[in-house]
Amino acid sequence: MRNSAWRIGAVVAVLATGLAACGGQSSTTGGGTAAAGGDASSIKVGILHSLSGTMAISEVTVRDSELLAIEEINAAGGVLGKKLVPVVEDGASDWPTFAEKATKLIAQDKVATVFGGWTSASRKAMLPVFEKRKALLWYPVQYEGLESSPYIFYTGATTNQQIVPGLDYLKEKGKKRIFLVGSDYVFPRTANKIIKAYAAANGMQVLGEEYTPLGHTEYSTLVNKVVQAKPDAVFNTLNGDSNVAFFKQLKSAGVTAEQMPVMSVSVAEEEVKGIGVDNIAGHLVAWNYYQTTDNPANKKFVEAFKAKYGPDRVTSDPMEAGYNAVYLWAEAVKKAGSTEVEAVKKAAGGITLDRPEGSVTIDGENQHIYKTARIGVIETDGQIKEVWNSGKPIKPDPYLKTYPWAGGLA
Amino acid sequence: MTATVRDAAPVAPPAPGRSWRDRLRGPSVFVLIAVLALVVAPLLLEPFRLGLLAKYLCFGIVALGIGLAWGQGGMLTLGQGVFFGLGGYAMGMYLKLHDAGGDLPDFMVWSGVERLPALWIPFENPVFAIAFAVVGPVLLAVLLGSLVFRQRVRGAYFAILTQALAAAMVILLVGQQGLTGGTNGLTNFFDLFGQDLAADGTQRGLYVVVAAVLGVLYLVAWQLVRSRFGRLLVAIRDGEDRVRFLGYNPATIKTITFAVSAGMAGLAGALFVPVVGIISPALLGVVPSLELVVAVAVGGRFSLAGAVLGAVVMGYAKTSFSEEFADGWLYLQGALFILVMTLAPKGIFGLAATLRDLLPGRRARA
Repeated sequence: MRNSAWRIGAVVAVLATGLAACGGQSSTTGGGTAAAGGDASSIKVGILHSLSGTMAISEVTVRDSELLAIEEINAAGGVLGKKLVPVVEDGASDWPTFAEKATKLIAQDKVATVFGGWTSASRKAMLPVFEKRKALLWYPVQYEGLESSPYIFYTGATTNQQIVPGLDYLKEKGKKRIFLVGSDYVFPRTANKIIKAYAAANGMQVLGEEYTPLGHTEYSTLVNKVVQAKPDAVFNTLNGDSNVAFFKQLKSAGVTAEQMPVMSVSVAEEEVKGIGVDNIAGHLVAWNYYQTTDNPANKKFVEAFKAKYGPDRVTSDPMEAGYNAVYLWAEAVKKAGSTEVEAVKKAAGGITLDRPEGSVTIDGENQHIYKTARIGVIETDGQIKEVWNSGKPIKPDPYLKTYPWAGGLA
Repeated sequence: MTATVRDAAPVAPPAPGRSWRDRLRGPSVFVLIAVLALVVAPLLLEPFRLGLLAKYLCFGIVALGIGLAWGQGGMLTLGQGVFFGLGGYAMGMYLKLHDAGGDLPDFMVWSGVERLPALWIPFENPVFAIAFAVVGPVLLAVLLGSLVFRQRVRGAYFAILTQALAAAMVILLVGQQGLTGGTNGLTNFFDLFGQDLAADGTQRGLYVVVAAVLGVLYLVAWQLVRSRFGRLLVAIRDGEDRVRFLGYNPATIKTITFAVSAGMAGLAGALFVPVVGIISPALLGVVPSLELVVAVAVGGRFSLAGAVLGAVVMGYAKTSFSEEFADGWLYLQGALFILVMTLAPKGIFGLAATLRDLLPGRRARA
């Protein structure tokens, strides 16, 4: 009996402390809501990425670069004389959670803006929250286009700044017979729809189109199909862990980058580490930024990032896009003289900054960014060497309106 | 304390000679909670927090069904997400069509679908959508139940089967992007029966509806458990063969119970969609189905109130832990589960019952 009384006491104590801690904490945060977006000396901004679950490995890196940008801006005196205070929430790789936490950041913390998201699904889940509450989201990852929410700024590439240049590059190299491999969700499916329209108009041939569930790791059947079809190149929109298994099995099937290069659009420096350089060296990627991109702004970014997070860390395109997002927002706030959403939106159009990827400009109309497209080849040291770039920033065209072959897509 | 959980399960026999005070205690607690939930909470909580509470209560409805099937009937169902999802998608499809107003829903446009799929057409009618949200899961559960319970599939085999069903449902939904919205699911709803879904008033109204539905379903489930049917159900849980030898057909009783729990999950799904604003495969796969079973275990699976309490407590814990400790909240949530399970195997509610028995005077009477 004494035993059971002890147990009961322990549970009650634990539960009581737990609930009291939570209750106490949330009431303090509730108290802070009186001053919108912080107080006289600070501005609250939200950071909402997956810190747990399948997407954590990628999204944590973007959170890191966004926090770095906030730290740098604060060190330089902040925005409008106020310090930025990040409120970090975990989207938990779960789309409804993204919507819930976005609501919390807007309604309770009254943040001035939110930087967040990675997967298209998380963006689609957050979109109605931001539109209904007229709040701002800065989304830092390349995506499938065909969207232009008035309350989202897209700092990653849309299709005409990544996928289309990637296809142009393959065409130029005479790779006319391609095979499409992707994870089964909206980005790869929409990307492949665009690729098929491009191929039809440009005399290219799509030999096959295969999808696997996110997180899938058994690729021998798929690799066999690819090998039997004998394409000139593979266009890869696999995401996450699947790339590890895919490239390993491709290598063990004896496929080399010389005979059948794989063009990936979701593999960056961070993923190369996970896949293993041996398995992927020589293959192609399409992005707007590499750690090796050569300019003073990037040198500074890479140095600052390594100084804060350790010399082993690498920088990648989405990290840079997240880092840029904070600076672009800060610039718009300075120009507007206020953090008020409509004023910031109005001021944002036309802002040009020199960033690690080169010059970027906000397109005021669709709230995407002018970005330079870059094709790279993965080197044996895990870094990516640029082999082609578009020469100047490409105007974002999320609905591909300026491409006649894309007429039937949107 | 040496007895196993199963043997120690309180069967709650209706004691014939109870005093009027004992008889009134249950109903008065119920009324008190109902007043708190329906009157006090909407007055005190900010709209955002009230919305979250409405979400926990939706999970509470599913948990009530799990409490019935698992706690009372011993059917460990790891696939309630399937029924929840059927209800949620039925509602989501109606809302999507209603918002589109005769055009194609947005995701179909970007998925390259040109004509509204035949499967979607009946869901233009809200009555059909809501009816399907309940009847669909019930029919599926009856089909599944009549197949497996007659074959005497039970225990771990039944659990694995329901879990496989949840996994299969997710793969099906993700693969049919043009039909279901794929991984994204259905989101971006604007209007429910002419009410703006973003408005605070609508959300408050929805909360009241969810709370009221939970209250009514609780009473129904409670009556069911107290009835002859409920006693048979518990008897099946504790000795299926013995019940069979007595001349009853356990398969029928289990199928009915499973169907009731499925119908509850379906209705919860239909309520969840306008409250939260999204339904996606992430909400009905293996993990969320398991989370609900865990919540029921934490609350106390042998009592219906415990099951509902567990869902609300775990929902609240998830929100507050993740808000306070964005980096490590999953560990805390796991720790909470392990703690409750090791120290109070019958869950929070079982603990409360034990505590009550410890009070001076009560033990003597018992």
